[in-house]
Amino acid sequence: MTATAEPEIGKARLRKEDTRLITGQTRWTDNLQLTGMLHMAVLRSPVAHARITNVDVSRATAMPGVALVLTGEDLAAEQGSLPCAWPITEDMKAPAAPALAVDRVNFAGEAVALVIADSAYHAADALSEIDVDYDELPVVLDLEEAVRDNDLVHEDLGTNKSATWVYDSAEAGSGTDVEDEIASAEVVVERTFRQQRLIPAFMEPRSVVVDPAAGMFTVWSATQIPHILRWMLSAVTGIAEHKIRVIAPDVGGGFGGKLQVTPEELLCLLVARRMGRPVKWTETRTESMLSAHHGRDQLQKITLAARRDGTVTGLKVELLADMGAYLRLVTPGVPILGAFMFNAIYKFAAYRFVCTNVFTNKVPTDAYRGAGRPEATFAIERMMDELAVELGMDPMKVRELNWIKHEEFPFTTVAGLTYDSGNYEAATARAMELFDYDGLREEQARRRADGSPFQIGIGISTFTEMCGLAPSRVLGALRYGAGGWETASIRMLPTGKVEVITGTSPHGQGHETVWSQIVADKLGVPFEDVEVLHGDTATSHKGMDSYGSRSLAVGGTALVHAADKVLAKAKTLAAHMMECDETDVEFASGAFSVRGTSTSRSLGDVVLAAHVAHDLPEGMEPGLDADATFDPDNFSYPHGTHLCATEVDTETGLVKIIRYVAVDDVGTVMNPLIVDGQVHGGLAQGIAQALYEEATHDEMGTLTSATLADYLVPSAADLPSFITDRTTTPATSNPLGAKGVGEAGTIASTPAVVNSVLDAVRHLGVRDIEMPMSPERVWTALQGRGDPGSGDVAAGGLGSIDAQGGQE
Amino acid sequence: MIPAEFKYLVPSTVDEAVRMLAEEGEDAKVLAGGQSLVPVLRMRLAAPTALIDIGGLTELTGVRDEGDSLLIGAMTTHYEVQRDHLVQDHALLLKLVTDTVADPQVRHRGTFGGSLCHADPAGDLLAPALALDAVMIIAGPGGRREVPAADFFVDYFTTALAPDEILVDVRVPKHTGWSAHYEKLNRVAQAWSIVAVAAAVQVRDGTITAARIGLTNVGSGPVRAADVESALVGQPATAESISSAAVRASSGDGYKDNLARVLTGRALTAAVTG
Ligand SMILES: Cc1cc2nc3c(=O)[nH]c(=O)nc-3n(C[C@H](O)[C@H](O)[C@H](O)COP(=O)(O)OP(=O)(O)OC[C@H]3O[C@@H](n4cnc5c(N)ncnc54)[C@H](O)[C@@H]3O)c2cc1C
Repeated sequence: MTATAEPEIGKARLRKEDTRLITGQTRWTDNLQLTGMLHMAVLRSPVAHARITNVDVSRATAMPGVALVLTGEDLAAEQGSLPCAWPITEDMKAPAAPALAVDRVNFAGEAVALVIADSAYHAADALSEIDVDYDELPVVLDLEEAVRDNDLVHEDLGTNKSATWVYDSAEAGSGTDVEDEIASAEVVVERTFRQQRLIPAFMEPRSVVVDPAAGMFTVWSATQIPHILRWMLSAVTGIAEHKIRVIAPDVGGGFGGKLQVTPEELLCLLVARRMGRPVKWTETRTESMLSAHHGRDQLQKITLAARRDGTVTGLKVELLADMGAYLRLVTPGVPILGAFMFNAIYKFAAYRFVCTNVFTNKVPTDAYRGAGRPEATFAIERMMDELAVELGMDPMKVRELNWIKHEEFPFTTVAGLTYDSGNYEAATARAMELFDYDGLREEQARRRADGSPFQIGIGISTFTEMCGLAPSRVLGALRYGAGGWETASIRMLPTGKVEVITGTSPHGQGHETVWSQIVADKLGVPFEDVEVLHGDTATSHKGMDSYGSRSLAVGGTALVHAADKVLAKAKTLAAHMMECDETDVEFASGAFSVRGTSTSRSLGDVVLAAHVAHDLPEGMEPGLDADATFDPDNFSYPHGTHLCATEVDTETGLVKIIRYVAVDDVGTVMNPLIVDGQVHGGLAQGIAQALYEEATHDEMGTLTSATLADYLVPSAADLPSFITDRTTTPATSNPLGAKGVGEAGTIASTPAVVNSVLDAVRHLGVRDIEMPMSPERVWTALQGRGDPGSGDVAAGGLGSIDAQGGQE
Repeated sequence: MIPAEFKYLVPSTVDEAVRMLAEEGEDAKVLAGGQSLVPVLRMRLAAPTALIDIGGLTELTGVRDEGDSLLIGAMTTHYEVQRDHLVQDHALLLKLVTDTVADPQVRHRGTFGGSLCHADPAGDLLAPALALDAVMIIAGPGGRREVPAADFFVDYFTTALAPDEILVDVRVPKHTGWSAHYEKLNRVAQAWSIVAVAAAVQVRDGTITAARIGLTNVGSGPVRAADVESALVGQPATAESISSAAVRASSGDGYKDNLARVLTGRALTAAVTG
């Protein structure tokens, strides 16, 4: 055995899952074909707010191939209410959330009827034969209008305000009173920012198959959360949890968009139960955009108090967060995840955060890559630039003056979190060097002096975030409905091969590769000898799934602990086999040896001995399998310095990123290639928020960006070649030293881009531009005119299609 | 994304295709490369009862030299237009515009004729067809007729084609030796033009002797910047004459008006200096 020749951890291995994913040698949920399977199609509301006065299904029922047509009325007694696992306050107002609308619809795209037919074609054809009469109600779309409660989304709640959540450093004892700091401040900067609504736009559309055969309900779903889904499906339907098996096969992306218990998952289950036959539903892209949860959508009022020398003293954050029409799985908690991050890497004396969650007649919002933290990072990094402008200081200087110094870790912040480790100086120094900050500033000065139509700007984002969700204790204190631990099992097979079972649920990240690398190093077995099983509640019976950059920091740690258990038992057995004292046994390179002798047994020998169990020490159970569950004590805190240079074409408003440097500190790196991939993808999504993506509605509440011709997801062709590097300050909260990298790029990049664009045009009188910074918005700002709105996105022949027309 | 049911017909000649169109009535549609029609069908924005697939009609593909002009078959793909030497030598503008259309997959399926018949004002090929004075050759039950581009584009997604007519060829007058440029502003690679300007210029001894300029996506169809063209003729090929002519591309103060002026200036500059 030579497995230690080169450590696996830290190796830039190509992902072992990629061959099957890229060549189509795998099965996605939609590929499943079961005997006798029926197909479900969903009729969606074309209007955003209405009473349903009549649904006539007679014509649809008579269409060819149609087995059943169901309305909300038909399912009212059994469908219950979709779960919300995060009641953020005791008095939070939550409307009933039927999977299929019964007597009213609250957003355009809400499911109102189902056709179940022998083929997807027949199901789609019959949809247009269902007649629904709507008695339209006033539509509530705007957050500021919604809080006035003039028109209500849910009349029975009596208000559009779901809950108000407060953190106050004076009350919590983590700092002083923010009002005092503002009153005594030498400088007060107040700004309002809009976090536009985004659509997660995962590549694989959602798909569900439910098979009711053999006294079980087997549910395949393109989900991030098979374990939570099983629990929640059982809770909502009353079907015993052990009679439901959920399988998330290979899943093509999620970005939080598949961290959900969807109406369609529940409906497929109910239909399969009713029909006694397998049922499949797969959404179209437009259906996805109209009904899968959206992300962000906040109005942020930020007040920052500081001294003239640039020292920040107080931060007050007042948010309106758009819930959309219903509270889905973690909808109310998403803005609260940001509550601890507005103060970021800076040492504020006082902090107050107040968030009001608001209902509107739009698709529910929920987790989207970064969930709460991008919003916070955006606001604070924009404010640091605003303060620098106000004081005439260099924006990096202002940050340096206020951030936590590397020797001050561990550091307890004004929001009450303890950052375990970090080195903002080191990451910044490296980024400044790679970026050529001074050189670009000179170029900027030259272009300003020349009056060039192509102005350049520099944007900074010195971010941190909290991830590795999450200490169960903390989740409990935040009234979240579940724990944050993670689990792993190792099965040592008699031939020495290894099966690893993880409770995390990868959907594109590359867990199989990294988990194999960790096990290969720990056990001294070849990388190829490890198989990672996931996403099936029958093999992986418990887990908290994948989101919040948690898989490695929490699930990877469980894996390390499981490997330690395997080795501990193997060592006892090896000592027995070699007839020596256990304290004399050493383990290296996949073999146990007796210190100072040539006697040794390979791990494979020990595994076989454990398996056949012919001669085990007194009381030892056969086999070497081990399980471990890890509940972290703390979050992990990746950080980094991102620098973005943009060139703004002042004649057209077009923004081009000319240089982007990301120096991230994600702790110890298991696989640099995968880390780079996560950073690149994250940057693309964060940049997309700054420049391209926005879910738009007309005044009736119709989503006008319901195709990828209107909702502009950038591709590699639209992005610069990123310059990435790392500093490494290991996390102290887990044995791997890993901090998490899934969301960092997204969290960091949006303000870097926006700061950069503003820096390019501020001398021309522009103070702010809403996201996404479309050419029209930038140009309009340069003319000194008000925000033009989303403008004309040139939809290329598809136009903006309505909910009804666009759903097949 | 499942289209409504339709009949699928495969003609073996243009005449047969025209006959099929007439027989199937108003709700029949011609299927060319499908790059615009298929998405529309799948989203059920349209539900034709029959599709007549002209993809197999080889008589509709390729570029021919007709002396003073080129004859481009309606079913010639974007990919073929990009690579055609006749197009390169005599209608460079068309090649440059086609280079910016969509992505390689789409360019391998999508056709020149299909783009023109689809008549999306954001489509890129309308403006150069208009600017280069292309003539559409159309087959119908009563035989063939010719319609100049200026009369072909009627409104948003609407052309002079009758429901029972097929675009067969596009005659493009040769612009041999002209320089050209397509200045396109779009937000991401797969997005359509917000505004774009197609310009071809003939320069002799430092003087602009002729100019052809078409604007993409500033109205319900392509727009000819005739004022700019006439302002350029006889002027020296300099930055000054270009900028004083380019402002005539539009007189409004909206965003697209501004783009029409700015991009016209840039397209002309690139054409002249490029
Ligand atoms: C992802 C994507 C990106 C795109 N980007 C761009 C872009 O950047 N710029 C751009 O200009 N275009 C773009 N397109 C559109 C592309 O150029 C299409 O190929 C073109 O618009 C239509 O050509 P087609 O051959 O596919 O026609 P089809 O889709 O088959 O037909 C389009 C319409 O024209 C009619 N038709 C077609 N041929 C004839 C004929 N000979 N006689 C009568 N009627 C006919 C059809 O009945 C139909 O109504 C894009 C398309 C896609 C899918």
